[in-house]
Amino acid sequence: MHARVLIRPKAGILDPQGAVAERALAALGFEGVSEVRVGRLVELEVADPAALAEMCERLLANPLIEDYEIEDG
Amino acid sequence: MKFGVITFPGSCDDLDAQLACARVGEVVPLWHADHDLQGVDAVIVPGGFSYGDYLRVGAIARFAPIMREVIDFANEGGPVMGICNGFQVLCEARLLPGALLTNTSLRFVCRQVSLDLTNPDTAFTRDARARLSIPVKHTTGRYYAPEPDLDRLEASGQVVLRYAPGENFNGSLHDIAGVRNERGNVFGMMPHPEHAVDELIGGSSDGLKVFESMRMAVEGALA
Repeated sequence: MHARVLIRPKAGILDPQGAVAERALAALGFEGVSEVRVGRLVELEVADPAALAEMCERLLANPLIEDYEIEDG
Repeated sequence: MKFGVITFPGSCDDLDAQLACARVGEVVPLWHADHDLQGVDAVIVPGGFSYGDYLRVGAIARFAPIMREVIDFANEGGPVMGICNGFQVLCEARLLPGALLTNTSLRFVCRQVSLDLTNPDTAFTRDARARLSIPVKHTTGRYYAPEPDLDRLEASGQVVLRYAPGENFNGSLHDIAGVRNERGNVFGMMPHPEHAVDELIGGSSDGLKVFESMRMAVEGALA
């Protein structure tokens, strides 16, 4: 099965990549952009989707600093 | 006193760590795929870019075969020090609290920094000066731990090194440059003591004191 895992910096953790992207968007003239956060997308084929949460907890994300969201199908 | 120094694919400070250890004891090079610590008295997890820092810094190295041995060694009370990438690996392995995030500047910074010794009474710092001058070179060194964890670390003396006032270039919370575990046998720091073992080329020899402290701790424990 195909799955996607979205990984993002936890709320409250300073995300300098997001801040830089936000400033760059403003420099390009896009107005009203705020709260830009940059995360990661992992796409994978898995035989056992039930194992996805453990994959995230143990390797794909660091739960101390990142939240993850599993989208199957 | 035998220091084991790990080399992962992508390590780059392993040789300097070996040279620093050789000034105070014997050196045993350890390979990431080894399953045996070869009877060393202490383990150094060195700096570099283990496994290309893919996914997250330290995230892959943490599962290297040698790390299983290091985790057992640490859980039995053996002294383990992580430097820079090694600090990141020990955090990913949950041997140390917290995590290292990208510098707020998003820049690689390479320079000499001043550090304040917050806790001199550790197996890694008992021979060190109160103010140390040691180089840093990293992009991912912003120490982070959730606020309640930081309070606990501060209260229990687990914050060992801090960037001196005005020297916190990476945005580390509480200016933290080095922490130890609760038991006191695992220590990680972002600056590079192995690059500061010679006045002539290291800017100071303050880093050597870290290795000498480890030797004093091990030989004291063996005596």
